[in-house]
Amino acid sequence: MLAAMGLGVSSGGKPLIADIDAAVAPGRLTAILGPNGAGKSTLLACLAGLRVPDAGEVRLDGAPLAGLTPRDRARRIGYLPQDAPLHWNIAVRPLVALGRFPHGDAASATGRAAIDRALAETDLAPVAGRLAGTLSGGERARAMLARVLAGAPDWILADEPLAALDIAHRHAMMDRLRAIAARGVGVIVVLHDLALAARMADDVLLLDSGRLVAAGPVHEVLTPERLGAVFGVDFAYVASGDGEPVLVSAWRGVEGRRP
Amino acid sequence: MSRAGKLLLLALGVALAFALSLLAGKVWVPLWGMAAGDPRGLIMMDLRLPRACLALVIGAGLGMSGAALQGYTRNPLADPAILGISSMAALGAVGAIFVGLGGSVETVAAFAMAGAALAVLVLGLLAGRSASAVAFVLAGTVLSSLAGALTALLIALSPNPFAMSSILNWIMGALTDRGWTELRIAAPLVAVGGVLLWARRGALDALTLGEAVARSLGVDLIRLQLVLAAALALIVGGSVAVTGVVGFVGLIVPHMLRPLFGAEPSRLLLPSALGGALLVLVADALVRLVPGAGELRLGVAMALIGAPFFFALLLRYRRDLA
Repeated sequence: MLAAMGLGVSSGGKPLIADIDAAVAPGRLTAILGPNGAGKSTLLACLAGLRVPDAGEVRLDGAPLAGLTPRDRARRIGYLPQDAPLHWNIAVRPLVALGRFPHGDAASATGRAAIDRALAETDLAPVAGRLAGTLSGGERARAMLARVLAGAPDWILADEPLAALDIAHRHAMMDRLRAIAARGVGVIVVLHDLALAARMADDVLLLDSGRLVAAGPVHEVLTPERLGAVFGVDFAYVASGDGEPVLVSAWRGVEGRRP
Repeated sequence: MSRAGKLLLLALGVALAFALSLLAGKVWVPLWGMAAGDPRGLIMMDLRLPRACLALVIGAGLGMSGAALQGYTRNPLADPAILGISSMAALGAVGAIFVGLGGSVETVAAFAMAGAALAVLVLGLLAGRSASAVAFVLAGTVLSSLAGALTALLIALSPNPFAMSSILNWIMGALTDRGWTELRIAAPLVAVGGVLLWARRGALDALTLGEAVARSLGVDLIRLQLVLAAALALIVGGSVAVTGVVGFVGLIVPHMLRPLFGAEPSRLLLPSALGGALLVLVADALVRLVPGAGELRLGVAMALIGAPFFFALLLRYRRDLA
């Protein structure tokens, strides 16, 4: 269990997040949602142990996360930032091998096996020898995910992993994240695509202006009324071809352009 | 070719350059000159051997520092001299001489190391704020000018004009007339610095994906910076204290080797040490062959080679750096 206890972060006297109490369960795909500036990435960075909160604390399985050494924390929690830079054009395999850094065993049999598994799981084995700078956007996103998977963490925290992907790659990435969660890994993702979150997340933390508005199973949290209040846009669930309800938003902007 | 094969080839090149450095000069000494009773043996054993050993040590240290510094700053334009680390080391050394501690080479080396460490810490503060490559190089340039100005000020205030000219001469960087004493001081410093850099190679690799990823992987960035500052202080401070400022080795060598050995900082450290040794050995042999009564200063020769190289890199990277 990864839990935020009275978490607060401020920057320059302005609170980014405040009084956040939430517990996230392993083996589930949890989406952090909210409008721009709601504090989603700040909350994720705190949960990942990369940002020290000004108030409250993060607990991992009941123990303070801050009590772990950076290496121990890194073995438990993998973090996927939004568009990580690639400062050197290294090959895919050594890029993925960076995920073994907290274990210090990239060259050992255990480490190599973990790297091979991560490459296979993300369908990157055929391009393992290619330079990462030559990958397509979708392949690069997979390589970054493979880097996290190679470390075999109990938790994977990803900040907008879909941001640079087209719709097919978004669905594929969400499928992968679901499969990872199904193995028992706790997956927490910051998302902007509400429809995709409504369809594929198990749980949701909904933020607005640094406050936690609601938390819980996706269909309890993402009601059209609550989303309308938070985002200022009309939402509705409509039936799709396969019978699953799909979350859609209605345009309520310029007169006459309502679809 | 395998990595080991390429490393072996580089090592072979270093051995050849070492031999060349023993033979080449105003007086060419053939291999049989080492025979007992031949006066040319003295040139080789007493003058050229320590000088070649020093070139090997300094070159290896500077090459490795350049690779580590480029990895740490994620900046292909980084080099101990360009970023002002060498100038700060020179300032430290001149400061030691100025306050009357110039008698002991060890003390001069200690002051040089303190100057180099200070420079790395100042630069690290900038890197910690994720400054762009250009901002970083500019900061290094400013640091370098400041150190140069303060050095000039100390020299101007110096009561002894002889000290002044010898200091100026020394800052230019050369291996001329350096002997076993200098080697005894520089070699252990460079060796310890090299081991420190080697020990942190994994952390340098982790920075390939930026600071957020490196931290998430468990890299303690503050500790990394302190270790790097110590390592570069030992290597650059130790080198500058005995040879003066020899720039651009750390810039050129990692660039030449990146296509051969891959771009991961960890995979470049060892090749860059060998490549740096090769470059300095060859350059130091060549400066002895320049016609004229005196010798071209090694630091001057490296700057003549290095500055156009730097401009070529700027042209190549200008789109990425803008």
